[in-house]
Amino acid sequence: MTNEFVLEAITREFPESVISSSEPYGMLTVEVKKEDLKKIIHYLKDSSLEINFLTDICGIHYPEFPDREIGVVYHLHNMMTNFRIRLKIFMTRDDVEVDSLTELYAGANWMERETFDFFGIKFKGHPDLRPILNMEDLGYHPMLKEYRLEDGTRTDKNDSMFGR
Amino acid sequence: MSDKKPVIITDAPAPEGYEGEGFFATKLSSVIGMARKFSLWPLPFATSCCGIEFMATLNPTYDASRFGMERNSFSPRQADMLMVCGTISKKLGPVLKEVYTQMAEPKWVVAVGACASSGGIFDTYSVLQGIDKIIPVDVYVPGCPPRPEQIIEGVMQVQALAESESIRRRDMPEYQKLLDSYNISN
Repeated sequence: MTNEFVLEAITREFPESVISSSEPYGMLTVEVKKEDLKKIIHYLKDSSLEINFLTDICGIHYPEFPDREIGVVYHLHNMMTNFRIRLKIFMTRDDVEVDSLTELYAGANWMERETFDFFGIKFKGHPDLRPILNMEDLGYHPMLKEYRLEDGTRTDKNDSMFGR
Repeated sequence: MSDKKPVIITDAPAPEGYEGEGFFATKLSSVIGMARKFSLWPLPFATSCCGIEFMATLNPTYDASRFGMERNSFSPRQADMLMVCGTISKKLGPVLKEVYTQMAEPKWVVAVGACASSGGIFDTYSVLQGIDKIIPVDVYVPGCPPRPEQIIEGVMQVQALAESESIRRRDMPEYQKLLDSYNISN
């Protein structure tokens, strides 16, 4: 299984969905349309490509690009041939909803909860979308670059000693 | 190998009192204070590097046992000295508070290291900026992490507190007020 082979398979099956592709450090990276992501991953898993392991889901936030401000990155792995692929989707702030992969990969459950917790990305169809690592009443999504990452309750620190 | 023999002090000074032939009279609080001082049971609440230093404190080299704290209590109900060693995240805060409230009076709290005392370098959204935000603290041990000698110094500070405070101190309205300010019912 080579990058070209898999990319060709994806483009053949979903000609409308692929936005761009690259191979940073030799890893096939495909940006796809958000609506088609679940279909594509379903295809990667159940076709003869047998990409059967979901390694990672993580959010990204680019406040300087309003039309593609929030993204989700999916890493997938074929255990038999040791083939890896990375899928990216991007969306705007008013539409942070993605299809959940929990029906395809049980392991997506916690990863999606974490991504929701830190980036506020909603996963449609997730059985239990609550904060997982932060406390329940935190009230915001820390990795969105909109909130102070420092603790505002601190009283004993002199900012000038920390170069601020 | 050092040929120094270990010196074992078995004669801790007696509290102030009246002595005569065949009797010794002193205040009850002094006797109880002395008893408490030499039988502190620590409850280790260790999360990170300070916890490892605390484990070193329990090792034969530093030998915390000689303070009468041979037995580390892993149940809050039998412990009287809560040693909070390490970073406490905000999510862990309610757990720590629960552990503290389950301890019976009298109880003392030692915040070991920069993180437990003030959040340390972790001035961030997830880390509690000092455990004194949620429970009252008696002794702060500085250091990042502190050496076992410093933790021993902190324990000795607690001993000094336990020895000198009145056995009724914790019934005082000031103490009630302190606990109320932390929303802890006694």
